[in-house]
Amino acid sequence: MPERCAVIGVGQTRHASKRIDVSIAGLVREAALAALADAGLGWADVDAVVIGKAPDMFEGVMMPELYLADALGSAGKPMLRVHTAGSVGGSTAIVAARLIMAGVHRRVLTVAFEKQSDSDAMWALTVRTPFQLPVVAGAGGYFAPIVRSYIERSGAPADVGIQVAVKDRLNALRNPHAHLRLADISANKVAESPMLWDPIRYLECCPSSDGACAMVLAAEDALTSPAAPPAWVVGTAMRSEPTMFAGRDEVNPLAGRECAADLYRQAGIRHPRREIDVAEVYVPFSWFEPMWMENLGFAAENDGWRMTVSGATAIDGDLPVNPSGGVLSSNPIGASGMLRFAEAAMQVRSQAGEHQIDGARTALGHAYGGGSQFFSMWLVSDRRP
Amino acid sequence: MTRPVAVVAFAQAASVRREDRRNEVEMLMPVVRDALGECGLTRADIGFFVSGSSDYLAGASFAFVHALDAVGAWPPIEESHVEMDGAWALYEAWVRLQLGDVDTALVYAFGKSSPGPLRELLALQLDPYLMAPLWPDAVSLAALQARMLLDSERVTEPDMAEVVARSRRNALGNPNAQLRGETAVEALLAEPYLVSPLRRHDCPPISDGAAVVVLAAGERTLRLSARPAWITGIDHRIEVHALGARDLTESPSTALAAKRAGVFEGHVDVAELHAPFSHQELILRDALQLDGHTTVNPSGGALAANPMMVAGLIRIGEAARRVMDGAASRAVAHATSGPCLQQNLVCVLEASGNRSDGERGNA
Repeated sequence: MPERCAVIGVGQTRHASKRIDVSIAGLVREAALAALADAGLGWADVDAVVIGKAPDMFEGVMMPELYLADALGSAGKPMLRVHTAGSVGGSTAIVAARLIMAGVHRRVLTVAFEKQSDSDAMWALTVRTPFQLPVVAGAGGYFAPIVRSYIERSGAPADVGIQVAVKDRLNALRNPHAHLRLADISANKVAESPMLWDPIRYLECCPSSDGACAMVLAAEDALTSPAAPPAWVVGTAMRSEPTMFAGRDEVNPLAGRECAADLYRQAGIRHPRREIDVAEVYVPFSWFEPMWMENLGFAAENDGWRMTVSGATAIDGDLPVNPSGGVLSSNPIGASGMLRFAEAAMQVRSQAGEHQIDGARTALGHAYGGGSQFFSMWLVSDRRP
Repeated sequence: MTRPVAVVAFAQAASVRREDRRNEVEMLMPVVRDALGECGLTRADIGFFVSGSSDYLAGASFAFVHALDAVGAWPPIEESHVEMDGAWALYEAWVRLQLGDVDTALVYAFGKSSPGPLRELLALQLDPYLMAPLWPDAVSLAALQARMLLDSERVTEPDMAEVVARSRRNALGNPNAQLRGETAVEALLAEPYLVSPLRRHDCPPISDGAAVVVLAAGERTLRLSARPAWITGIDHRIEVHALGARDLTESPSTALAAKRAGVFEGHVDVAELHAPFSHQELILRDALQLDGHTTVNPSGGALAANPMMVAGLIRIGEAARRVMDGAASRAVAHATSGPCLQQNLVCVLEASGNRSDGERGNA
């Protein structure tokens, strides 16, 4: 039987386009110190460090965990570096959680970051290598045809993406850490913003952020006295599938569906829409909210957009999605997945302040990456499993 | 309680200076096939996949994404990736198997160093504000370490040359090695310095390569291998990055990982050490307290073939192979990462599955 694992500390930085006030080390330390303070622990209380980030070319540092060992108090400890594309923030937390669940360590610090201002993600995603299909147009260009395909097959009204973009930016106004704080956001403003990759408009895209997120995970006998009650990890799952092959469903990938099914099985969840109170879902382009609602089993196929339109995913809806403002409001790529996992933990620990969902007891953290092919998810609960 | 996990298969591509006909997927595919063939499994039987590689070697972001095709991730698989040597991917797999719900894991690693200027490239691993802008290359940093070791008067240049001669000689028996042959210490010492006090032969070759290890746990293990190599201890540790803050003549992270992995609890028949530079083997032997009764690097080690991100996993595979073929009953494998042995992993492999009572798994 695996050991129980709980989140006992959560920290994140202020996210911004350019955090020129800190080095990369300063950035990860800001998040790590906040998580340690939340857990009521110091560096010496940590057994191991698990760090994740998206491609090294985003900062131009090869395997930066080597350099970050000093800043993260890792000397003399095990340090692991995870990289699973956009899902990495989630996978990193899962690798850390499994160190606890396996009984290898009692307390693990996990950190994820991106300092996107150090480079140009668009360029870093577009390097041409021999024999491989170049992405050419960054993530938006890659995902736009998938979104068009979704609209076509679901018959969704054209403004669903706009509604998600407005909802998440309004939520972000309640989150002091959020990068984008667009007080004057409106459907008109989103609709009138430039069309970048049809049907994705400028204001339907995530920003490019500098930021980091950290969590302290602990075994049941190492909880100490955190500032808030622990968030118990009741399920962890990862799934991958190839980038492209004939017949692959990129709108509703099988890897995502199987990942969610595995997660719900572990947590004993039979009706996710009813049994999950709040979801932090990786939505870098607004249309991915309805798409992931279907992939995660919250809505029937082609019906995900109805959840957005009916207000179900709003902060006062029956399944609030991204009350933090989500990836559409803060996107330090390597940390974006861990922010989803951490925000889920904050909800069940009643730590989310103005974006707290009343009575949130079970929360989903979700991340995806690559060409909608890498998935990592966890479920956290205020109830010990 | 640790769940016993064993290596049941190991395969590797022959390391070469320049693999310019095959991409990473094409290099990996026959290796995956060989490893699965050795233990009689198919891809569908594997419960967890994990790989180690570096985007910077490939010169492209998400290099590992394309490599997924080598294991054929359809239907979808449970899969993870570390931007580290494959030895750390194996560690993640070992942790995953501890959870008890899957019994098999396939670990793969790949790296082509040939497309770029590796020696300079590795400078990008250094502190990006204070060190990397000066472009201290990997050989020069290792030379600083070698100089400090010589100045400590614990080793001599002939000691280093002996490591090279033995590595090349051992590699004669390794069809996957890149550099092999009989060489005399005197002849090696007559060679000019590359970066004093390192001569070219004190440095690893630049290699392209790939390797796969299959791990198993539970009752299934003995059905997959007549004589599996049980992992009775595995641990890894990192040191501070700032070179000036470390005593480069010692490897305390190796010593600590070795202690935690149980290296000192019994005799070590064979040690496969990931020492890219000759003097580093001497530092590691010290940290692991190896004496003349241990056969070191029967494969030839990293001085005979050093595919980046793969060479550490190969050490585990080679050590496991000695246990699986009966040449050793207890072997130690070591992997390193970062400048001047900054990060180290130690793995103990035994023919018998339990480090304390030595009773089980002895098929």
